[in-house]
Amino acid sequence: MEGVLHQIISGIATGSIYASISLALVMIFLATHQINFAQGEMAMFSTYVALTLIQAGVPYWGAFVLTLVFSFIAGMVLQRTLLEPLARAPVLASVGAFLGLLLIFNNIAGWIFTYTLQPFPTPFGAGAPILGGMLSRHELGSTAVTLVVLTAVWAFFRFTRLGLALRGAAYNPVSSRLVGIPVARMLSLGWGLAAAIGAIAGMMVAPIVFLDPNMMAGVLLYAFAGALLGGITSPLGAVVGGVLMGVIENIAGAYIVGTELKLTTALVIIVVVLVFKPSGLFGKTLANRV
Amino acid sequence: MTQSNSRIMLILFVVVAAVVPLVFASGYQLFQLTLVVAYALSVLGKNLVTGYGGQVSLGQGAFYAVGAYTAAILMEHFNVPYWATLPVAAVVTGMVGLALGLPALRLGGLYLALVTFAMAVAVPQLLKYKLFENWTGGVQGIVLNKPDAPFGLPLDPDQWVYLFTLAVGVVLFVAATNLVRSRIGLALMAIRDQPLAAEAMGVELSRYKTLTFGFGALFTGVGGALGAIAVGFVSPDSFSIALSLTLFVGMVIGGASSISGAVYGALFIVFVPNLAEEISKAIPGAIFGVILILFMFFAPGGIASLLSAQMRRFRAAR
Repeated sequence: MEGVLHQIISGIATGSIYASISLALVMIFLATHQINFAQGEMAMFSTYVALTLIQAGVPYWGAFVLTLVFSFIAGMVLQRTLLEPLARAPVLASVGAFLGLLLIFNNIAGWIFTYTLQPFPTPFGAGAPILGGMLSRHELGSTAVTLVVLTAVWAFFRFTRLGLALRGAAYNPVSSRLVGIPVARMLSLGWGLAAAIGAIAGMMVAPIVFLDPNMMAGVLLYAFAGALLGGITSPLGAVVGGVLMGVIENIAGAYIVGTELKLTTALVIIVVVLVFKPSGLFGKTLANRV
Repeated sequence: MTQSNSRIMLILFVVVAAVVPLVFASGYQLFQLTLVVAYALSVLGKNLVTGYGGQVSLGQGAFYAVGAYTAAILMEHFNVPYWATLPVAAVVTGMVGLALGLPALRLGGLYLALVTFAMAVAVPQLLKYKLFENWTGGVQGIVLNKPDAPFGLPLDPDQWVYLFTLAVGVVLFVAATNLVRSRIGLALMAIRDQPLAAEAMGVELSRYKTLTFGFGALFTGVGGALGAIAVGFVSPDSFSIALSLTLFVGMVIGGASSISGAVYGALFIVFVPNLAEEISKAIPGAIFGVILILFMFFAPGGIASLLSAQMRRFRAAR
């Protein structure tokens, strides 16, 4: 029983990282109806930026903030230059652009930083596991950071004028434009936010899985599964789905299929959700007017 | 160009493609050309699904892997001659495609892209899985012998494999051309361009969508089997997401809704990395990414449509 509890608690810890990426995916989906296949590679690249800063002697939290600023700006620039013009293009064009970005980030990272695994520092100290050996300090710290981020994002969307404007631009661009919201600027702001949230997830997961250009492939797959499980139209659902995926991953890995089929587990969940409940746990059913 | 003219051009092209490399190309160059044909077939499968069928599949590498492993397992464990593995690989990948095509019906556009992307990411892991290890050879994969030329023909294995692959490729390309011009092809394009109107005209969406997925998988699978015979080796890590992305790049650059585009795309994905790799190992992928985005913006129809636009201009000027 203790074993199961341990798996669940540490599943919630990794799940909270998946939840951040799921949230970033859902934010972009809500705003533009595109799925950002490059979300994982963008986060990976941001993490390398953080590592470079830390190696240059910047203290951890300084590097953390600088990386967020960098990712935010980079996300906005990408949206402005690349994805805005493809907003009304067919699905193939936007998917192609995202895959192009994925290839570029992955290979540029490999080119600059090489493909060898690199350790990434944790700000929470090594120390002995806590909660009766259930949780490492890093797991607790990263869960806390993600919780703070998720709460901040929620509060931003719920209580600020800017957050309201962003929601308006995403849900109903035409009416928003009529009441004077600069929709295009809001969309790039959303992209910047998503990129920054992804960067946090990258920096939190890197001490666990080690940093390399392909670090995020598995994380992205679990984040996809989490976003779909929770409902791709629901930010709250994305968070719940992401955390659930962390728990499912651990339970399935320990008791059902073993760790060798982790990615396949995510694939099966994606297919099952899409076939039996495409709207997910919290999502709305999407209908197209014809 | 009239119908008979283009047929003569085609025959001429095939003869040149068969004879010239035999005389001038080295063993390694022949191997590269063989890969071009194998990839061209795989990209062709993708073109059918995405370009003609309008369904964005990112997991074509998975079908390539199924084809390659079918051929390899048959040769290794059942002593089946290499040429006889192709029809089996075609049937197996076609069936897998049909089976996956069923859920594909329910998933429009982006969702299908997502599922197939996940499939491509998960494939190497499945191939390594210990329950299948006796068949797949696990992480080590399977090493195959290169087939010799039959009937005492004076050709070395490289030359023979190239000719064999080219012959299979030509047959399947002709078949695909006919398929696209047939009732099925017309129905497909109708579904892609105007799904509602097509359905109202009595085109059965579900049937045709599943069929295309099956056909697309079949072509890609035969490409995979030919690729395995040419390379003489299959292993899980050669079928990573990178393969699916490479095939996607080939499709976009060649031109998704054209048959000939598959050949241009395959030439591109085989030869461009070779040139670029001399600078750095990571460069080809980055170049693929940049070119992919450039094509999305400036030439969404790929090389095939650029060429046909040139041809039209040329003829108009004359």
